[in-house]
Amino acid sequence: MNSISSRPAAVPPALLEALRAAVGAANVVTADEELFVYECDGLTLDKATPGAVVYVHSAMEVAAVVKACAAAHYPFVARGAGTGLSGGAIALHGMLVIELARMNRVLEVDYENRVACVEPGVINLNLTKACAQRGLHYAPDPSSQGSCTIGGNVAENSGGPHTLKYGVTVNHVLGLEVVLPNGETVTLGGPLGALGKLPGYDLVGLFVGSEGTFGIATKVWVKLTPVPETVKTLLAIFPSIEAASRGVSRIVAHGIVPAALELIDKTIIRAVEEWLHLGFPLDAGAVLLIELDGLRDGLDLIAGRVMECCRECGCLDVRAAKDEKERLLLWKARKQAFGAVGRISPSYYVQDGVIPRSKLPEVLAKIEASGRKHGLTTANVFHAGDGNLHPLILFDERKPEQIEEALACNEEVLCAVIEAGGMLSGEHGIGIEKLAFMPRVFSEDDMDAMRKVRAVFDPQTLSNPGKAVPARKCFEVRGHEPPALRPPMRKA
Amino acid sequence: MSHASAVQESPATAARTAAAIFPPEANELLRSCVHCGLCLGACPTYRENGNENDSPRGRLYLMKGLADGRLTATEAVTAHLDLCLDCRACETACPSGVRYGRILESTRAMLVERKKPSWSERALRALVFKQLFTRPEALAMAAGLTRFMQRSGLRDAARAAGLVGLLPKRLRDLEAMQPEIKEEPFRANAPAVFPALGGAPKKRVAFFSGCVMDLLMGEIHRATVKVLQAHGVEVLSVHGQQCCGALAFHAGEAETGRKLARRNLEIFRGLGVDAIVNNSAGCGAALKEYGEILHGDAEAAKFSALARDVSEVLAALEPVVALKPPDASKELKVCYDEPCHLLHAQKISAQPKTVMQRIPGVAWVALPDAEFCCGAAGIYNITQPEMSRAVLARKIDALKATGADVVLTGNPGCILQIRQGCKAAGLPCEVLHPMELFARAIG
Repeated sequence: MNSISSRPAAVPPALLEALRAAVGAANVVTADEELFVYECDGLTLDKATPGAVVYVHSAMEVAAVVKACAAAHYPFVARGAGTGLSGGAIALHGMLVIELARMNRVLEVDYENRVACVEPGVINLNLTKACAQRGLHYAPDPSSQGSCTIGGNVAENSGGPHTLKYGVTVNHVLGLEVVLPNGETVTLGGPLGALGKLPGYDLVGLFVGSEGTFGIATKVWVKLTPVPETVKTLLAIFPSIEAASRGVSRIVAHGIVPAALELIDKTIIRAVEEWLHLGFPLDAGAVLLIELDGLRDGLDLIAGRVMECCRECGCLDVRAAKDEKERLLLWKARKQAFGAVGRISPSYYVQDGVIPRSKLPEVLAKIEASGRKHGLTTANVFHAGDGNLHPLILFDERKPEQIEEALACNEEVLCAVIEAGGMLSGEHGIGIEKLAFMPRVFSEDDMDAMRKVRAVFDPQTLSNPGKAVPARKCFEVRGHEPPALRPPMRKA
Repeated sequence: MSHASAVQESPATAARTAAAIFPPEANELLRSCVHCGLCLGACPTYRENGNENDSPRGRLYLMKGLADGRLTATEAVTAHLDLCLDCRACETACPSGVRYGRILESTRAMLVERKKPSWSERALRALVFKQLFTRPEALAMAAGLTRFMQRSGLRDAARAAGLVGLLPKRLRDLEAMQPEIKEEPFRANAPAVFPALGGAPKKRVAFFSGCVMDLLMGEIHRATVKVLQAHGVEVLSVHGQQCCGALAFHAGEAETGRKLARRNLEIFRGLGVDAIVNNSAGCGAALKEYGEILHGDAEAAKFSALARDVSEVLAALEPVVALKPPDASKELKVCYDEPCHLLHAQKISAQPKTVMQRIPGVAWVALPDAEFCCGAAGIYNITQPEMSRAVLARKIDALKATGADVVLTGNPGCILQIRQGCKAAGLPCEVLHPMELFARAIG
């Protein structure tokens, strides 16, 4: 309960000295009460206080800090805005947090070749703002895009509603400057990636989504995408979540690729309606938010087909957003839905499984049943078009028994996903919170292959240990406890 | 490790003590934060230093730590809470509806009450909050002194002699910030009623002219009344009113704030007006919160229900007189900076724009990041000069890029702050209250 006394490891004084020399004493935080807020990220179920937090301002400082850690055999984790939902930025075992938020410059925008070069601490939405005047945008749009950073997006291979048509982060990263866990700086890929596949191994593809276990990206070259000529957003209201999920399958089966196809269930409708007063019918079972974009010609025709699909699946009403203002409001409702849950519950636990679209009705029913069994409300707001579920389990973290129920419910949800032939994560990453489930979908040999790749980048296992892939018992660095399979240091 | 108090108690005991006196209302309100972090990108201090402790989510977490007895209110913790501008941009960003301003202010009040401030701080607080702002005659005297210094040329003489350079940095900033007082105070010279133009009044309002603005920025008040009259509004000038209490509440001096609020309730009671109008975003936000601050007081609720920013009243009306371009010689390039306590605290953004677009002969330009704080934030520019300057620098850079002749903003603190920023940067941009520009458009 008392975080002040339960810090597992202390940063050796010699390392602190080296860190202060590298970045200046003012940029090394060691006071307990200032480390307190760094004990968790967007996932609040797991908490661990870092040994220290270091603020860095340049790639050179990152390299100096990492070198000092490597010399001292001390583990570290990079952190951006800390909006991740799988605990990727949680500093297990007193790790050092390397805070990249101040490296937030857009270094270059090459409009002609549609490439931008940014530092990792740039906020996702700020990149789009920086190139909006020239009709371009950065396509991956996680719901937290107003706060989350490009570096974090690279680590987690983040998605977003529009990835259905435009692809996830890895499809938009062309190159990376990376500080490897031994402090060496290398460049993977580069802006020339815009021309097509570069010769040699696709190490950019390997690095993106490695959850901070391969090193720290200090420069990111990304693709910029033209803003589509026309955008049309439809809102379809369904009597049940089951009917809405049938609508999803029908639209996709028709060969239509919407820019986004999102499902919002009745619990979330209640939360966002209380906030934005959009006029969602509170008795609806679910709504679909369907966005179509592209050339003006023909878009109305496709919209007509989509509406037909919805009606065939029993939707009560389907209409287009009447203007840009309403369209943006609908998206605000969708993108900030997780946060809006705070209006109906003090805490939530969100999952991220991906299943075949055809299994949506079956799995959604199981989720609801599991919640009921554990006396908890479940809610759903997710990327239905690509079968990427986001079930939210609502609980009160001040009540320890509810935490236990939430964890049990979570396990059943993940089992349902696995049984349906699905995968653990679509975009939030494995982090620490889904680590224990990895052996259920990968064999020991599969995971060994992953561990070997990691060992190429990080032979000392210093870069964010205990995340993404479960360690073998004898695999961890001496002096650092191997992570347990369930929350390593959960606190009620 | 904690820089805690000199009092000899274990951290755990100290934390429990802190938790026991944590304001219960704030404790409950804290629970609506789900730690999603969507507020981070909207926070001016986090934008400056990227420190989670200086982000809204981080500060809420610190306060949660205090409430749960997991943290003690050490100097470091208090410093992070003090570094907050209280601009409430996080409330606009928050999908969960966390009442950040309420939580912060009641936590600050608890900390002020609990801590034993130094002799000099106590004296300063007593002077500012208990003497100056609660006693109009004292404030008038201070203003009179400032006016005398300016008129007599004493200030210029002092500046010229390099005396200003000898003042400590913080005082020097304050000195540069002093408004140029060209006009007489408002209330002292105002008639009781300003008649509506254009026939029978469409509305009858009481004017909340406040304290500092009334004394030092009488010109803005006169412009405001002129614009109201030109929209067919009859305006009452109300004598005996006092400071709204906003500065006291922000600084955690809750009792002083409540005292001021009660006095204003008494003065404005039973006027039978359609609205109580103000033209200062900071005051307006406080006036609208009287009902909540004095919970259970029916008069306070009535007062708050009548409180309006001048733009709210004007947006619902049309001018009853002809308007002319404010500058006959050229089309003015004008931009608008959103005062935090208008946009974030009162959710007012469209109304001032609607009203200002009635002014002919103006080319509107967009000010990037207009929704970000300018760093004035009440007395923040005095208490946190370094962060205030950093926040202001971004505002001035954005302003420079627009090439605007005039920037409008409806809050006295913001006007002074941005004016000083422009002056320091050598930016030839006039900083006005929207009502001042509008008044120039009235023949």
